[in-house]
Amino acid sequence: MRQSCRALIMSAVGVASLLILTVPGQSAELTRGAMLSVSCAGCHGTDGNSPGSVPGIAGKSASFIESAMKEFRSGARDSTVMGRHAKGYTDEEIKLIAQYFANRK
Amino acid sequence: MSDFTRRDFIKLMSAAGAASAMGWPIVAQAARRRVVVVGGGFGGATCAKYIRAFDPRLKVTLIEQDTKFVTCPFSNAVLGGLRTIGSITHGYDKLRQNHGVKVIHDRATAIDPAARKVMLAGGKRLRYDRLVVSPGIDFRWGAIESYDEAASQTMPHAWKAGPQTSTLRKQLEQMRDGGVVIIAPPVNPFRCPPGPYERACMIAHYLKQAKPRSKILIYDAKDKFSKQPLFMQGWQKLYPGMIEWIKQSDGGAIERVDPKTRTVYPVFGKPQKGDVVNVIPPQHAGTIAHTAGLVNKDGWCPVNQRTFESAMHKDIHVIGDAAIASPLPKSGFAAGSEAKVCAAAIVASLRGETMPDPSYVNTCYSLVGPEYGISVAAVYRLKGNEIVKVKGAGGVSPKDATDMFRRDEARYAAGWYSSITADVWG
Ligand SMILES: Cc1cc2nc3c(=O)[nH]c(=O)nc-3n(C[C@H](O)[C@H](O)[C@H](O)COP(=O)(O)OP(=O)(O)OC[C@H]3O[C@@H](n4cnc5c(N)ncnc54)[C@H](O)[C@@H]3O)c2cc1C
Ligand code: HEC
Repeated sequence: MRQSCRALIMSAVGVASLLILTVPGQSAELTRGAMLSVSCAGCHGTDGNSPGSVPGIAGKSASFIESAMKEFRSGARDSTVMGRHAKGYTDEEIKLIAQYFANRK
Repeated sequence: MSDFTRRDFIKLMSAAGAASAMGWPIVAQAARRRVVVVGGGFGGATCAKYIRAFDPRLKVTLIEQDTKFVTCPFSNAVLGGLRTIGSITHGYDKLRQNHGVKVIHDRATAIDPAARKVMLAGGKRLRYDRLVVSPGIDFRWGAIESYDEAASQTMPHAWKAGPQTSTLRKQLEQMRDGGVVIIAPPVNPFRCPPGPYERACMIAHYLKQAKPRSKILIYDAKDKFSKQPLFMQGWQKLYPGMIEWIKQSDGGAIERVDPKTRTVYPVFGKPQKGDVVNVIPPQHAGTIAHTAGLVNKDGWCPVNQRTFESAMHKDIHVIGDAAIASPLPKSGFAAGSEAKVCAAAIVASLRGETMPDPSYVNTCYSLVGPEYGISVAAVYRLKGNEIVKVKGAGGVSPKDATDMFRRDEARYAAGWYSSITADVWG
């Protein structure tokens, strides 16, 4: 790419990011982690904040969520329903989900 | 910036151009994009909220005919005397205040897919870039002879919660001890496959305390039902001799009713009179889906199972009970799950992105008794163009579970209710 062209791009980027910064409310990236994790909210509450008897998982450490999910899946950890759910996710998916909830408040 | 492409460059240049020309921005463009959602139940309200969560620049308008929503989930617990109607009633303030959803309480009467407009009973016309339709079900009045809307005042369906739930509860309260309660579930597919059998449990729970000589007869149009072995085990254990299930092949299917005498007429076999009769009639997608030409010959809405875009009209998505999303059941949980996938599909499409692969989930809890819960669960993915269950995952609660396990599931059923209603309207 030629030098002048790059300069033009950079100033365009500047304008665009300035504009985006002034918008109230940022748009989130639609990640695979988010796509998988929002399906847990039916029981664990929005973003993992549970108002009732199901344990909340928002902000718990990624390593806790990851090992809990794997133990539910193998049966090493007792559960009423989580064993049946955890079996629906691969190791890689569990990592993405664990990361997602670790980053919620 | 490593993925910077020629297309991005062009986008940025036009943004810069627009910005200098008008002093204000690509963002205004994005902000003007408007999604309209018809129906503020489990599917519609969730979809409206998650579109805003995924992209707060979008304008989202929710059209809901009622100002309060009474959930079907846990309405059987109201019949059993475990809950009040108030405890299962939800409003729309939080969607407005916390999520910036514009809520209009009015009825959508027509949709013009070519002009991309929704017409409201109050006279308003709303333009949309994308429309989501989640109207739930309506009843096929007349499919059972003489069972029409008027008949449902004396023989309540209580398959939409609210006044119908209260009517049925009042009839149970007024019934004599030794009375006969009839529940008549329809053929598949219908809203909430385990619902009629949970209802039998909750009514039995009430009768056992208040009118122990009474009986419940289930006149079923089917030969098997959801979580059947678990329900039957629970009936045996908690309500021995009280609930009798008459399957289709034993004369369970009813073809006619007489609301005056509260009698049901099976296709074959003797007519049966009841003291309280709960007819759950066959169903189809909510009326607006029919008016708008979104249904197939069976009265349900075919959709692309990745995006929930209608197979009949472009830029219109259908979710929840009205949509054909089998193997996902027609449940509130599934409606919420479909709503999130649909929200992501709409946001991705308006941004010109590709949506990551979707994942869907369902769990239906049922209360056999106040401290006796059972469940069925499944996780789903897309295979080709179809939703399929993930093999090895999901399934029903164990048959040989301990009392403590059943108690935990009853407690988690209530926890699920708190969480999902907060996820939908909170
Ligand atoms: C007794 C019973 C128990 C149940 N228990 C459970 C359970 O334990 N778990 C579970 O997951 N599911 C349960 N369900 C199923 C659940 O209620 C439905 O699957 C769910 O409500 C479907 O969501 P929806 O968005 O498709 O429709 P709904 O939730 O019914 O929402 C539709 C909304 O659209 C509105 N509407 C319709 N047409 C228009 C129009 N033209 N203009 C404006 N507004 C309109 C309606 O007023 C309504 O608010 C139960 C159902 C019953 C009957
Ligand atoms: C049907 C409701 C339901 C769904 C859906 C669900 N969970 Fe759970 N979860 C529970 C319940 C109930 C428990 C308590 C253990 C048990 O009995 O199963 C639990 C426990 C957990 C725990 C352990 C929490 C702790 O502090 O001990 C983690 C972690 C968890 N779930 C993660 C998830 C993730 C991630 C998902 C989505 C992929 C998910 N759950 C989906 C109901 C659910």
